[in-house]
This record gives sequence, C-alpha cells and structure tokens, in this order.
Amino acid sequence: MILNMNLYSKGDKVFAIATSILIGMFTVATLYPFIYIAAVSFSGGLAAAAGKVVFTPVDSTLAAYKYVLTQPKFWLSYLNTFVYTIGGTIMSLLIIIPGAYALSRPQLIGRRFWNLFVAFTLWFNAGLIPFFINMRDLGLLDSYIGIIVGFAVNAFNLILLRNFFESLPQSFEEAARMDGANDFQVLWKVYMPLSKPAIATITLFCIVARWNGFFWAMVLLQSEEKIPLQVFLRHTIAFLSDDQEFTATLSSQLYSVESVTAAIIVCSIIPVLIVYPFVQKYFEKGILLGGVKE
Amino acid sequence: MAAARQAKPLKQKLSRFVDHFRNDWQIYLMLLPTIIWMIVFLYKPMYGLQIAFKDYSIFRGVAASPWVGFEHFQTLFSNDQFLRAIKNTIIISALNLLFGFPAPIILALMFNEILHATYKRTAQTIVYLPHFISTVIIAGIVTTAFSPTAGVVNTMIGWFGLDSIYFLTKPEWFRPIFVSTGIWQEAGFGSIVFLAAIAGVNPSLYESAVVDGASRWQMMWRITIPSIMPTIIIMLIIRIGNIMEVSFELIILLYQPATWSTADVVNTFVYRQGLESGQYDVAAAAGLFNAVVAFVLVMTANTLSRRYSRTSLW
Repeated sequence: MILNMNLYSKGDKVFAIATSILIGMFTVATLYPFIYIAAVSFSGGLAAAAGKVVFTPVDSTLAAYKYVLTQPKFWLSYLNTFVYTIGGTIMSLLIIIPGAYALSRPQLIGRRFWNLFVAFTLWFNAGLIPFFINMRDLGLLDSYIGIIVGFAVNAFNLILLRNFFESLPQSFEEAARMDGANDFQVLWKVYMPLSKPAIATITLFCIVARWNGFFWAMVLLQSEEKIPLQVFLRHTIAFLSDDQEFTATLSSQLYSVESVTAAIIVCSIIPVLIVYPFVQKYFEKGILLGGVKE
Repeated sequence: MAAARQAKPLKQKLSRFVDHFRNDWQIYLMLLPTIIWMIVFLYKPMYGLQIAFKDYSIFRGVAASPWVGFEHFQTLFSNDQFLRAIKNTIIISALNLLFGFPAPIILALMFNEILHATYKRTAQTIVYLPHFISTVIIAGIVTTAFSPTAGVVNTMIGWFGLDSIYFLTKPEWFRPIFVSTGIWQEAGFGSIVFLAAIAGVNPSLYESAVVDGASRWQMMWRITIPSIMPTIIIMLIIRIGNIMEVSFELIILLYQPATWSTADVVNTFVYRQGLESGQYDVAAAAGLFNAVVAFVLVMTANTLSRRYSRTSLW
C-alpha cells in the first residue's frame, strides 16, 4: 500500500479526511454506550431514574457501587464466574489439544471418518430440548460439573487447532522421533511450543465464551449460590424493580434500578477491559486461522 | 501354494495392523476424550431427538415413550405462533444480511484509507471491543438506554420536543433496535477478515494505478473491491448458510409478550414451549425442523463455496 501523502491529489486528501471523520464517528458511537453506562452508574438514583444522565454523572455518588459491592450474592456470583471460566477453559484444553493432535496425524486409521464425526457437529445440532433432556438424564442439572464439562469441546476450536498442527513442518517432529520420542512427547515438546499462538487463540476464545456464557447457566442452574455473574446481572435487571425489599430501600433515593444495573455492568466489564489490550493480537490472528481456509 | 500366497498378504496386513497399534496406540488414547465427549454431549442428544415423533413423558424416558408419528409437526404447522416464528426468523435474518453484512466491509475499506497509524490502531481497538461483551450486558445497556423515563434515547428525543416512546414494548421498534445492536456489536470485529483480505492484495496493482494517475477512490473501486471479492462472496455464503441462526439469546433478554409479534423466532419459540412450558416433544419437533433447514442451508453453502473457491469451508 502506498501511504505517502505527497502522492495524494487534492481529491484524495478530501477522501482520506472524510473516511477519518466517518471512522471517528463510528468509533465514538461504539464507545458511547459504555460511557453512558459508566455515567449512570456514578449518578444519583433520582437523576438516573429521570433520564438526566447523558455524558457525565449527575449528582455523582458511589451509592450504587456500595449497594452492589455489599451484596454477598454479587461476590458469590463473581467467584462462580471465575470457577466456570478457569475450570471450563482447562477442561477444554485438556480435551481439545490431544484431540486436535490425533486428528492431524496422517497415520490415524479412519482419519477421514473421525474428522467428519467432529465436523458434523458443526453442521447439525440436536437443539435446545434434547440437549437439556440429556443433561437432566445425566444428572447434570444444577451442578458445577455440568457447566464445566458439558460445554468443554467446540468443534470449531478443535478444527482450528488441527489445521494449525497440520500446517507445522514435519522436520522438527522427525528429529524428535529419531531421539525416540513417543506421541505424547512429540505433542508436549514439539507441537505445543510451536503452536503457542494458536493455543493462545483457542484459550482466549474459551475464556471469552466462559466469561460471557449465560444462557445454559440460566437454564441449568437453579441454586442461587451456583449462578455466575451474568445470570446474577440478568436476575438483577429482571427482578430488581419487583423486589419489595429493594424498592423499600429506594426511598433514600441514593440509587435506582438503573444505576445499580449500570454498576453491575461496569463491574463485570472491568476484567475484560484489563485483559483486552494484551490479547488483541491473538484474536486478530485467530480469526484468520479459523476463518476462510485457502 | 495358491492359498499360502493369498494368506501371506493377509498375514502381512494383520502384522502391519498390530505394529501400527503397538507404535501409535497413543494417538487413539489422545482421541478418546474428544470422541467420548462428543458422543455423550452431542450425539446422544441427536438420539434424543426421537421425542419429536413421540408422546414424551419424563417418567417413561426417551426410549420408552410411545411413538406418535408426525403429530407434533401437524400441531406446529397449524400453530400461528410457530408460523410467525419462522417468518420472523427469516425477516430478522434478511435484515441482518441487508444491513449487517455490508457494514464490516465498508468499515474495512474505510480503515484502509486512514493514514495515521495510531489513529487507525486506536479506532480498531475500540470497534472490536463490543464483540467481547456478553449478551446480558448488551441487553442491560439496551434496556437502560431505551427505557421510557430513564433512558438516554428518550432524553435526546425530548430535546427535540417529541414525546417519549416506550421502545421495547413497541413491535415496530424491535427489529430496528435488534439489528442495529447487532451491527454495533459485530461490525468492527467482522472487519478483521476483510482487512486481512485487503492486506493480501498485490501492491504492484496499486503502484501501476498510481503511475496511471488513479485516485484513491478509483483504486478502491477498481482494485481493492474486486480483489477482495472472493472473501466477500465466501463470507456471504456463510451468512446465508446461517440464516436460521438468529442470536436468540439476545432476543430472549429483550423481547416481551408485547413484541412477540415481530421478535419471536424459532429458537425463542422452542425455548418458551420446551423449557418454560414443559412441552418438550412439540418444542423438540420445532427445534428439529430448524436444525434440518439449517443443515440443508449449510450444506448448500459449503457446496457453493467449494465450487466457487475450490476449497471447502471446513
């Protein structure tokens, strides 16, 4: 690409400036809802409920955060989210990495069949109800194990890693074989170190999916003490306004349903924002690894 | 003699087989967890799909419930709510395709024109972000922003002296809000694929265009867009293949009985019938219908893309 401004004609410069402005507008539009929610979370209950907040907090107060952070259920759900995210991601990697390695081996008997066996799950899905009934029949309703194990493997991630393993040069492996390495050693000492970017990408996808996962947690978990943060947030949004105890405390008008909701949203986005800049390069690579295979 | 000659290759084959397992048994051990997991959590539910053709009772279980043939499908296709759900699925997907598909392409083309590297990088970092935000948070933001009294949208409408609208209870507003939320969340992230395609365009094409005195605008239309056309077409085919997959989790969080008429899609219908009302068999039938249509679409898309690009998507 030629990016030398001197080669640009007047029309080109206008075009470049116009696109910069449009991109700027889209970026601001993307960012605005976050700014708005942050402003609501720091606003007084009355102002938030009356729609007075636009850009900056009105009657700024930490009351909504005080309310949220003194809820034992909030902390419990935060802890649960960590358990599901860490446990689930480890579970996924333990199954996917060896599985992808095996599927990439040319000597695997029935390789075509096994690859089809995996890919078919991408194309055809039994749907919500049979999956739910299966989880119930397995006794995995309302259990940590159910959430951690039941969503461990994703054919997309498996195929992504298999493709990456297949693209690695054979020479390293042959050298290791000469030294008498078995498959576990080849995977551990040759493939894993060479595949750090691909494994990082899959780890990232697993963590994001787990951190954000809510639907099945909502459907499968009944006990209040097992729900993750996302379900807690959902309960807060859905039930706060009907909650007698909560509306009673609203009389102080330091916080409102809106400011409390916004405060929980901010608390659950913060970890994502902290990790996000460090992982950007991985997902940019990862989407291409898993995207259109040329 | 003849028999021995035939037996020898068989024996050789057998011993090669034994050798293979003696040397390579570890890869089968590595594959085992994946296979077991898929059978238990994905293939067993497919076996459970038979309840779509049965009078399912929790107490009898999947296997022992009596068969009823296509009764549930007949029930479904005479149910206005189900027919409406199919219609809504198609309409919402079509709107997503019409507005949501071009958005990341336009964004990628615009990013490509930005000269200031830091500006470009910062903008990219920001527009990718919403992809990583959970559905519940997105729904929380939308609910708060569009609230009739507290929401900023109505505050802004108020600046123009207009009456506030309770958006989330208005059927005519559901689809615009849903589709634009989708664009807000995914357009930036979706542009990555197209930016990569643009990065792969042969630089000599641009160099000769510069020599010929072409403007950036002309280069975009005559070089960049034609060069990334294969990527555009493949992404389009994938999108068409996924028409039945509307992100129903967001719909469940945003819709309410007042907006069912425009918001209810097949998967939200399945969710209500099955998991909320406990009509597992009818809901499974609706889910099966959705899955079969999706399967046919995906297979067709895969065949098309294979024909188009000589590579399959998987």
